[in-house]
Amino acid sequence: MNVDGIKKGIVLDHIKAGRGMDIYRLLHLEKMKCSVAIVQNARSTKYGRKDIIKIDEMITLDMDMLGYIDPNITINIVENGKLYEKKNLELPEKLTNVIRCHNPRCITSTEQEIKHTFLLADRENRIYRCIYCDVAHKEQMVYY
Amino acid sequence: MNKKTRNLISIRDITREDLEAMLALGQRIMECPGEYKDVCRGKKLATLFFESSTRTRLSFEAAMIELGGNVLGFSSADSSSAAKGESVSDTVRTVSFYADIIAMRHPKEGAPKAACTRAEVPVINAGDGGHFHPTQTLTDLLTIKTEKGRLGDMVIGLCGDLCFGRTVHSLIEAMSEYLGNEFILISPEELRAPDYIRMILDKSGCPWREVRKMEEVMDDLDVLYMTRVQRERFFNEEDYARLKDTYILDAEKLIPAKPDLCIMHPLPRVNEISVVVDDDPRACYFRQALCGKYIRMALIMTLLGLEKEMRR
Repeated sequence: MNVDGIKKGIVLDHIKAGRGMDIYRLLHLEKMKCSVAIVQNARSTKYGRKDIIKIDEMITLDMDMLGYIDPNITINIVENGKLYEKKNLELPEKLTNVIRCHNPRCITSTEQEIKHTFLLADRENRIYRCIYCDVAHKEQMVYY
Repeated sequence: MNKKTRNLISIRDITREDLEAMLALGQRIMECPGEYKDVCRGKKLATLFFESSTRTRLSFEAAMIELGGNVLGFSSADSSSAAKGESVSDTVRTVSFYADIIAMRHPKEGAPKAACTRAEVPVINAGDGGHFHPTQTLTDLLTIKTEKGRLGDMVIGLCGDLCFGRTVHSLIEAMSEYLGNEFILISPEELRAPDYIRMILDKSGCPWREVRKMEEVMDDLDVLYMTRVQRERFFNEEDYARLKDTYILDAEKLIPAKPDLCIMHPLPRVNEISVVVDDDPRACYFRQALCGKYIRMALIMTLLGLEKEMRR
């Protein structure tokens, strides 16, 4: 995928191979009116294979969600056909409505209006804990 | 204590300094309860108990009455709008208009935390499922301080249901802050302390170990904290029946114990402590229930900002 091909938009690069479609769905890109392209299994000098998503419009991205799913993703902001800004992600300290608490004893299991909120408890092992019940959620549990 | 909201959801909400001050206030009230009989005149405590309780609810109500205040509330979800499907947040928001402070028990973990986001008045967690029970921890700390004269340099055995036993979770968290404490976790495999509690112990640097039999460690203990295997925490009756009588403390098991051992239990007790032990001077669990009233008086005063007025 050639970044130069976009006039104004976003390129999500270095997506772990196979995760492109997940991110496409979670960002609700199917609802976009503009052109959106997914490249799967592109060659990557850094990771061997990678997925790429190109969005031909400037949109607000849920950085927490992207950081949680794949902190290695690079976000390239393109303006006037040129790379304007490059952002690297990291595991967010707090997740709100990105994952759901799966503890049936947690208050979030019965009260609809409560936001499912997690705090990063262990960065090395990617463990998040529900702020209500403290139950640990490891990477790639139930998505919101 | 969180200065802005002044809630008590977890024992973590209390700084060491505030905790020491509250325990000291509890001890002063215990010595001269009459001096505090009008401190809360004109104030109302709402006890919102979505899950039944005897000691906790009554000790909150007794505490407020002894401070000169009034109480209102309900003692089961069936007698509240929760039975009609009202959310905790809505209930608490409404009750905020009727009371100056709320004590809430709920079977769902995190319910009081969710409630305090909507409450206009201080919220006290009086137990949220198998999660936290910070006022029991305050009770336990006041009991240990009164009985042993210190909160550090002890070997503390916790026995029974360490998985769903919320009182032990909060107590471990609080006591791991004090230097020189060692923890012995006595439970069947199925009722081991959850991973986050073991992580807290690892981080604290306190020595700790897990054993299956209380007899192995009885002579080491300065405090023995017994817990009930709680039927209401099990999804099936079979597991409860199999585990409920795993540990029964009796006179014979106490033979090797230290003469100044402090035997505690958050009550209610079922079979885990033989009634014969009640006459042993080392049995502190009924004195512990009394401490519960005094520390709740201290807590209500603190959250309402009335402890400062008493110092003037």
